Amino acid sequence: MGGMHGMGPIAPEHAEPVFHEPWEGRVFALVRAMGAWRKWNIDASRHQRELIPPADYLRMSYYEKWLTGLIELMIKRGLVTRAEIASGRASPATPKAQPALTADKVATLTAKGSPADREVARTAPRFQAGSPVMTRNMNPEGHTRLPRYARAKRGTIDRIHGVFVFPDTNAAFQGENPQYLYSVRFTARELWGDQEHASPDDAVYIDLWESYLEPAA
Amino acid sequence: MDEEDPHHGNDHHHGKEHQAAPSDLALRVAALESLLVEKGLVDQAALDALVDTYEHRIGPRNGAKVVARAWVNPAYKARLLTDATAAIAELGFGGLQGEHMVALENTPKVHNLVVCTLCSCYPLPILGLPPVWYKSAPYRSRAVLEPRAVLEEFGLHLPADTSIRVWDSTAEIRYLVVPERPGGTEQLNEEQLASLVTRDAMIGVALALAKPPGEAT
Repeated sequence: MGGMHGMGPIAPEHAEPVFHEPWEGRVFALVRAMGAWRKWNIDASRHQRELIPPADYLRMSYYEKWLTGLIELMIKRGLVTRAEIASGRASPATPKAQPALTADKVATLTAKGSPADREVARTAPRFQAGSPVMTRNMNPEGHTRLPRYARAKRGTIDRIHGVFVFPDTNAAFQGENPQYLYSVRFTARELWGDQEHASPDDAVYIDLWESYLEPAA
Repeated sequence: MDEEDPHHGNDHHHGKEHQAAPSDLALRVAALESLLVEKGLVDQAALDALVDTYEHRIGPRNGAKVVARAWVNPAYKARLLTDATAAIAELGFGGLQGEHMVALENTPKVHNLVVCTLCSCYPLPILGLPPVWYKSAPYRSRAVLEPRAVLEEFGLHLPADTSIRVWDSTAEIRYLVVPERPGGTEQLNEEQLASLVTRDAMIGVALALAKPPGEAT
């Protein structure tokens, strides 16, 4: 939602708790614990939350969105049925599973994480630090990490991060297709036009995959 | 309930983040957890451990230690700015949603600010879970468009000749802002220095504190 107007003031909360209600912590933990089944990936998880209809998305609290996304993914990937969600009881026919994540594995899960870079033998990066680039004007129906406000904009490669899993295909279970990831610098003026209060040096840096970019003169 | 917090008394936008009746969501989440336990898909002890980890063990004190070390140790700072993931691991931090770290140094001429316009990406191992405002529509929409106005709302006025770099966390790279070390802190030890480094300073919406919290003027 970068660049949208009308969302109102930012409201920092004094002495904010990590979770406002116990159920928020349970949703957070359920998402992590069910993720351990590896029936989906982080990109599919983000995409599922983006599939929440916009009006609901703006109305829901953060962890309500997580809850909604989790339920839909579990159904989609065959871990539960909609009937089970509705009734709250397991259907009698299903065998009982062994949890993918047990308490003794939690410390390892949080300490190791899931690196998203890939060592893939492939060609040299198409761009170097300092290369001028244009972002593509693309509006895919599925998941992408090229923000709307940065499409068809001119930027400069700031640095090469390495080769990373490509979310657009990974979210759709169409493979990791790793490719080079760059930090791209865009001047505020390029993104937003002349702004009264911006300095000419103000800039936004966005992490973008190689296929989002084309060479610019 | 946060509506009683005087810091955001009449802000209906923030109120929306918690608009749904908690009892209804609490019931839905409890029913879901019970279903997943019945099916053998989750281990409740693992859920408890996950909640405990992020409520009590991982938080912005981790990042503050990193920044304080960088302030007192130029060689460490150089390593942090070159390979933040490795430098942060030297202090024992890393893992889930901090697998690929980049540190951004604030100077008198450059101020860095971190946002995730697409969702809520945040460096968990060094800052813990993000505050509600970071995940909210106002911050996500406005930080890239009008960072100076956003910083003013946090009480931070930057000179016109300080350029602002906004980092939109669109990939799996997570950013840590290294705030400037305040003047007059030469006599403080590393632990006291860490107490100056707030979560907000490491996101970039604040400066480091001028003196340790609670210290008399």
